[in-house]
Formats: sequence, C-alpha cells, structure tokens
Amino acid sequence: MARVVVDVMLKPDILDPQGKAVHGALPRLGFDGISEVRQGKRFELEVDGELTEERLAQIRSLAETVLSNPVIEDYAVHVQTA
Amino acid sequence: MTDDASPSTSCLHRLDTVAAARRTPEQPQPWSGLGLKRNEYDRIREILGRRPTSSELAMYSVMWSEHCSYKSSKVHLAKFGDLPQETPLGKTLAGIGENAGVIDVGQGYAATFKVESHNHPSYVEPYQGAATGVGGIVRDILAMGARPVAVMDPLRFGPLDAPDTARVMPGIVAGVGGYGNCLGLPNIGGEVVFDETYVGNPLVNALCVGVLRHEQLHTAHASGTGNLVVLYGARTGGDGIGGVSVLASETFERTGPSRRPSVQVGDPFMEKLLIECTLELFAAGAVTGIQDLGGAGLSCATSELASAGDGGMHVALDTVPLRDSSLSPEEILMSESQERMMAVVEPQHVDRCMATCAKWEVEAVVIGEVTDGDHLVIDWHGERIVDVPPRSVAHDGPVYQRPYTRPEWQDALQADTAAPLPRPTDVHATLVQMVASPNLADKSWVTDQYDRYVRGDTVLAQPDDAGVVRVDAASGLGVAVATDCNGRFAKLDPYAGAQLALAEAYRNVAVTGALPLAVTDCLNFGSPEDPGVMWQFERATLGLYDGCEALGIPVTGGNVSFYNQTGAVAILPTPVVGVLGVINDVARRIPSGFSCVGQRVLLLGTTREELDGSTWAQVAHGHLGGLPPQVDLAAEQALATVMVAACRDALVASAHDLSDGGLAQALVECCLRRDLGVRVQLDGDPFVQLFSESTARALIAVTASHEEAFTELCRDHGVPVRVLGEVTGDASLVVKGVLDVPLAELRSAWSATIPAAMAH
Amino acid sequence: MKVGVVTFPGSLDDVDAARAVTLAGGEAVPLWHGDHDLRGVDAVVLPGGFSYGDYLRCGAIARFAAVMTEVIVAAGRGMPVLGICNGFQILCESHLLPGALIRNDHRRFVCKDQRLRIENVATAWTSVYEPGAEITIVLKNGEGGYVADQSTLDALEGEGRVVARYLDGNPNGSAREIAGIVNAAGNVVGLMPHPEHCVEELTGPGTDGLPFFASVLSTLAAR
Repeated sequence: MARVVVDVMLKPDILDPQGKAVHGALPRLGFDGISEVRQGKRFELEVDGELTEERLAQIRSLAETVLSNPVIEDYAVHVQTA
Repeated sequence: MTDDASPSTSCLHRLDTVAAARRTPEQPQPWSGLGLKRNEYDRIREILGRRPTSSELAMYSVMWSEHCSYKSSKVHLAKFGDLPQETPLGKTLAGIGENAGVIDVGQGYAATFKVESHNHPSYVEPYQGAATGVGGIVRDILAMGARPVAVMDPLRFGPLDAPDTARVMPGIVAGVGGYGNCLGLPNIGGEVVFDETYVGNPLVNALCVGVLRHEQLHTAHASGTGNLVVLYGARTGGDGIGGVSVLASETFERTGPSRRPSVQVGDPFMEKLLIECTLELFAAGAVTGIQDLGGAGLSCATSELASAGDGGMHVALDTVPLRDSSLSPEEILMSESQERMMAVVEPQHVDRCMATCAKWEVEAVVIGEVTDGDHLVIDWHGERIVDVPPRSVAHDGPVYQRPYTRPEWQDALQADTAAPLPRPTDVHATLVQMVASPNLADKSWVTDQYDRYVRGDTVLAQPDDAGVVRVDAASGLGVAVATDCNGRFAKLDPYAGAQLALAEAYRNVAVTGALPLAVTDCLNFGSPEDPGVMWQFERATLGLYDGCEALGIPVTGGNVSFYNQTGAVAILPTPVVGVLGVINDVARRIPSGFSCVGQRVLLLGTTREELDGSTWAQVAHGHLGGLPPQVDLAAEQALATVMVAACRDALVASAHDLSDGGLAQALVECCLRRDLGVRVQLDGDPFVQLFSESTARALIAVTASHEEAFTELCRDHGVPVRVLGEVTGDASLVVKGVLDVPLAELRSAWSATIPAAMAH
Repeated sequence: MKVGVVTFPGSLDDVDAARAVTLAGGEAVPLWHGDHDLRGVDAVVLPGGFSYGDYLRCGAIARFAAVMTEVIVAAGRGMPVLGICNGFQILCESHLLPGALIRNDHRRFVCKDQRLRIENVATAWTSVYEPGAEITIVLKNGEGGYVADQSTLDALEGEGRVVARYLDGNPNGSAREIAGIVNAAGNVVGLMPHPEHCVEELTGPGTDGLPFFASVLSTLAAR
C-alpha cells in the first residue's frame, strides 16, 4: 500500500473568495504579516499493491481530468512515504 | 490524553452479552454517566430481570433521555391527544405518535407536516447543526409515505450585534440553505427573531411539509413474521455519540476514554437520493413498514418498528455497513449518522428493493427479520447482546410530574406596563427607527440564501405571510403553512402567549385565502428542573390545547426542546406554532403587498391600546412588561372565514396580517413590496393606531369595484372593517396630518440593518 | 418536438425543466444519466441541481455519465443543448463550452429575481427573443461566477457568443457580467439563471423564461 497525495489549487489569477475571507479575518485575530491566503483541496489516494511508474502516470491523468479542472486549477502529485 | 483508537480497537472490546449479564449480576455499570437516574436503572433491571448488557444499557439510556422519551413533558402533552382528531375537512389520517401527523386535504390528497428543534447541535456547530436539523425533519415526513415538498425554518438568535450572533447566525443560515438547496426543497418561510435571551441558546426549528395520496400512507411498524428488515442509505459512523464515551471508557480495555465526535455531519446529496429511492420503493409497493433513523439511531428505529408491529425482531448488528470499522456494538446502536432509513420488506420484494436502491446508488443491507416472538433480539457475530421487550425501550420510559410554580417575578413583570413609557414626539423618526430594528428589518439577507423556487410549485413564499405550494397542477389544489411565536408575549403570559402564537399562525394562513386545518408545535423552553420554567411550559401547553379546541383544529405532532438556558437565565418561553391550511385553487391565493395604484386600503379587526410587550416598547425603550394583547379566537375565526370566502370569490387584491410592529409595519411592508405608496387617514390617537399590536387584524387592498361586496362580507361575519385610504403612485407613505415618509427612506432603513451587521 | 431532460443523481430542477418544455408546447422526455440513450430526442436540457452533491467540483462527475457521451456526440452534430446552472457547469467541465464557474465572490448562495439582457438572439435557445430584450428570471447559485482567460473572454465578446448578461449589478462576480454563453456553432447554450422557473405567472417572477423553450421548438421546426 502506498499513499499518493494530490493537491489542487485555484490558479493564481482566479479569484479565491474563501482564501480571501480567511486572509481578511487574520488581522482581527491577531495574525499579522501574512500577505496572502489561498485555499485548496487535498486528495489522499490509497493505492493497492506496488506503486509503479505506470500507476503514477494513471494517477497524474486522474488528477488532470477528474480531480482538477485545468481551466481554473493547478494540481501537484506527490507520493507520501511512511 | 491520547486517542488510541485503532483498527484493533474492536478486538480489545470486551463483548458484554446477555449470558455474561446473567453470570455477573453485580458488575458495576456506568448508568449515571449515561444520564440515567438510579431509579431508572433499577427499573431497567426490573424489566429485564437481570442487569442490562452494555448494549441494552446504551439503548435504554438514549431512548429514555429527555430528548427521546419526553419524560418531563409527556404528562402535559398527553392532553393534545384528547383534542378531537378531526380537522374542518374530516378525520386525521395519522395523528400524534406517528413520525408526523397526516391530514386529508381533499381530492384524494393528504398533507403531512411537523416542526422539530435542533437547537443545541446548532450552537455547538452552527452549519452542521442547522443542516442536519433540516435533514432530520425531511426524513420524518418521508417516513409517512409522503414526498417532501417544502421546508420552513423558524430561527432565533441573540441580539444582532452580539458576538455570539455573528458566530452562529451566518453558519446556521448557510447550513439551512446548504442542506435544503442541495436537497431540492423550496424554503417557503419561517421566522428570524433576535432577543438577548437567545445568546448562547440559538433556536433552530425546522419544519417540513409533505404531500401524498391517501393510499400511499405508510407507518412505522414491523409486522409479518419472516419479513426482512432492510437498512439503507449512508453508512454508520461515529456521529453524535460523544455521550457514549463514558460507556466506552468503562467497557473498553483502554487507557483513556473513547473520543467520538458529538457533531453529526449531513450529506444532502445522499438525502436527495434517499428521497427518490424511498418514493420509488413506496410506488412499487415494496415496503410494508418504514422508519427514519434520527436521534438514537438504530436503538430508536428497531425498538419503535418492533413495538408497533405484531411480533418481535431479530437483528444481526454485525451486518450494519460501517464507515468506521472500530465502532463497538454500543456505539453502532447509538450512532446518529444521518441519511439512513429502515424498511420492513416482504421476502418476495427484497430483490426489487435492492434493485431500486442500486439504481439510486444507495447502499442497502438486510440486517434482520420480523420474528414470531415478542422481543427485540440483537446479535453481534452470533452472540446475543440485546434481548428486550421493545415497548419497554421505545414507549415505557419514565414519566415525571415535574413540580411547577408560578415564578415570583411574574406579578411584578405583569404590573410593569408600557403605559408610563414616554410616547414619541417625532412619529416619523420612530417609524424609521422601528423598520430598521432587527426584528422588523428586511430578512432577505437570510432568505436570499434559500432556494424558494425549486420544484416549480411555490405560489407564495417569504416575505408573504404564509408559504403556499401547489399540490395538484390540474385542479390548483394547494397547501399553506405558517409558523409563528412571539416569545415576549409568552414571557408576559405563557398561556396567552401560546394562544397568540397559534392565532398568528392561523391568521397568516387565513390571509392567503387558505382554510386552516391543523397544528404542529415546537415548544422551546429552559430547564424543566426549574419549577418556574415548568410552569411556563404547563401554561403554554394548556393555552395551546384550549386554543386549538376553540378553533376546532387538532395538534398532529411536534417536538419539545428543554434546557435552552444559560446559567439561571432561561430563553423567552418560545412555543413555536405551525399551522397548515388548504386552498382549493392556488390561482386565487391572496398575496401580501399592494399591487396597483388606486386600490382601496382597508383595516379589518379592532385596534385597542395594546403596547405591553410590543416591538415599540422593545425598540424605543428596551422594555418588557405588562400583559400581552387580548386573545380573541372567535374574532380570528371570523377573520379567517371572511378571508377564505374573499379568496373563493376573488374579492381581495392583497392582504397582510398585522402583528409585530402593528399597522405601521404592515403599511411599510405592503408599500415596499412593489414600491407603491399609500395615503391613509387614522381616527383616534395615531401613535396607538400605528404601533399597537392588537390581534385578529389584517390590512387589505381591494379594487374599488369590489369594495362594497367585500365590506358586506365582513359585516355578515361581524368583522369590523374600516376604510383607511388608498394605494398611490407617489412613492411615499402618508398618514394624513401625521406622517409623510418617502419610500426610499423607509427602504434604505429597512434593508440596511442585517447586511450591515453581517458585513465583516 | 421531443426535448430530453437529463436526471443525474442530485439533479433538482429536472421536473421544472420538463414542465417548461411542456408549457412551451414540446414533449418532455426524461433521460437517465446511466443510459447510453437519448431516446430519439431533438434537443436536450441539462437541468439545475447539485449533481453528485457538487462535492468534487460542480458538474465534474456528471460530465463522465454515460448519457453525456451521447450528448457530446449529438451536440457535435448540431443538436440543441441547454445547460442551466449545474447544467452550465457540466457543459464547461465537458469542454462543450469554454471557461468555468467558481464560487460566488460574496461566498453565499444567492436566490433572487435577476434582470438580464439577451445579447444574442441567433442561438437555438434565444431565437424568439427581441434583440437586446431585458428580462427578469430567477438566479440561484452558490458557484455561479463565470471565469475564463482574457483571450477567451475577448473571443466570446468578439464573436457575439455572450448570450445573456446580468443587469443592475453583478450578482456573483462573473467576468464581464456574463450570465450565459453559446458555442461557436450556436446550438449549445450554458446559462447560470433559471428560465424554467419563469414559465408561469403563478410560480415565479413572470414568464420571461418561456421563450428559451419556445425558441428551441421554433428552431427545430425551421430545420
């Protein structure tokens, strides 16, 4: 078993109302010096068996076609080691 | 403290079986930590003739809790069952005791509706608390065989500017909307009320109305030996079982207590699938009995289904699909995971049932069967962990006659009337201050977050007085629902306050042209252990009973929520009353705003000097004291008769109930609806005429050609009617000799308050 | 004329869309997400709702439904397709329309009666409107902010492919107040507001939505 993590973030030029709201609240909560907050999604995929290059390529394709929408989002795939 | 929950937890769990309970009668049990009293625990031992197993203890403790057993309120609620179970249209099809009452609305249709509270969970986690409140009541309606067609949410918060309100209100409103919108049910009304006693005790009441053909009526009963018990919907997880941790800590071989979340999380998408799937099962005739899983989860569903049937029930608990494999049997029995239903299915229909569930991508499993015994028997991997008479769990819980006494302060409160309060010298400024006050201000910041259009049958929705939905497109048959309660009035006099809530909801239904038929209630109070609160409760239930008897409409179901208080301070007694009515042709429904220049404006009913407990006393002076407005149920009934006839004969262009804020507020709301002005003349003290909150009144607009016929109708029924003036195109509200306020000024004051408070 | 209305798990406004088709004089045909079958329809409506809960992204999973394979093929052959709200999101996810829809800039779900201007009456779904018609129909969404890159937006504007634009303020932060767009061929329209809720005086803010459904029937009749 291996765990593959896919992080999906809105592209930098797309408005992120949720991140903006979090950022707006920070000074009120006493957190200064944070210039931007962007909110994203994290997917954890538990992969059966050995994590081959081929499997990883499949997961990249999954990330690009299903887990993210390339029109508005970027994604990053990384393998988590125990 | 560490959380050592791991997949191996269930291996560590020492299973407590019926056999073990017999072997170890003296084993100490954590009954107290589960909220049971000594006498209650002894009673369980007496019923079983042995100590309960830990699973049985879990079931009894949750089913005998205040929330599930109504042990403090039962003696008072019982009288609702004495009301004739009859509406103006005939016998009720199902009444108190079922998941929700069902009433005949004509043409072979029936309607079912119920309001419930989800107050405490919404304080802990506003979004999920409110969301799961909507989900729970919708499943109650579904379980009657009905298609849920609309929801409404009476909400109460602390002062608009309180930090607690800023925390809970956006979350609660988003939760109501997030769940209801995704579920596809129009939200057609409700209330938003602010008062300081609701700080730390927000009230989230949720009402659902459903519609069915008479022959589709289903009830919660498990009968027919050999019939199968099917659990379908979401998997069972550790939701809402924080309370069982005490049990876990006693029976688990662990270092620390189990830490399960006490917050339930809702999945409205699953609920939508559950609705469509369940309705398809009903249509196929595949289901003989059905029950939703709400509070107390499987404990409640199995014991209620079994006790309403003619036999026993056997359940293999290890077949329940789990979201978290580490759950113990006790936890599975108590889990409040949402979006689950339990059906009793004849063996020959099981394949069809499973196919329908598969079509809707809903997981379904046969977990047991109806037996010819009389016990509810539950096994865990072949070992018996529960063996109980189901009625003893579901219905024979403790009943308390809690002491109640009229609070000492009640006399002083009633003596402190609004009479000495200084009256305004500048009525214009007072009017603007009133419309901008949180309780009278525009609520669209809230209601615009709710879908009121989905399903395409919404004929009226907020801000109209009642929500109206079309039931049959061909005939135009529809139902109208309103909920109301003025907790300030109820504090001054709980008996009258409950009747005033009833009268207002009844009137709000009637002014749309619908005939009021039945009542549901959500009784929100402080601690029943406080004799003063218990007195408020006793008076309110009696008031509601007497009021329903006078109006000739039954209470078909409802809910009680106690312990809404912070320290010694209880919330305003808040008996929310929902009334459902029927309208034969929704095309003739009466909307609430002025719609055409030249319409004649009439006031129905009698205006007395009644300012005690009024919104004016609150807004201008922060005052609450005296006696609430006079209750006149005969006048309410006459007004309703007039409105129903006027609707049938299409005599009236618009009608608006007078309540909080009196005539002034009604005039403002009728003008702002379509930006039409009004010019009226008032007799007597204009301040009293504008701001008194006398009941049994409505503001009517009629075209000049119908004025005479309508006035005669009012006279025929003894309803006082006075011509106030007419609708104008001047964009101002004019009370001759008193006021001339531009609508723009009123609109900006009225609409700015809540958005401004929520903008941060 | 047969107009199919697709039901996905979580579709909510399918009954409304079917009613609108019927009121406009067409025959509404229910289509099931799991079927590779358009049942001989002449046009398709992808209705509003929260398909698959919209938990991943709005429309992201519905796009992969069996019926969508058929819709995409038929749309390529010129069949009129209207995606309303969640349907618009599905069309964008399917790449039948450019751009995407994101969370409203104010972060709240909004349900209101919205004024729009019909900017293009040459589409299959807007042909019976007067050019520049200003209408009021229901808007209700949580993720209705239309976004696309500048060059796509410029191309949409340049080619007259903005079908409807919000008036009286931008209700959800959509780029250039865009409420609806059409593909280059003019047969696939995505619209965030809900014309199907505006087909009867009794149950919505007027009947300004009915011409969407009358338009497609008229377009099909003219073929």
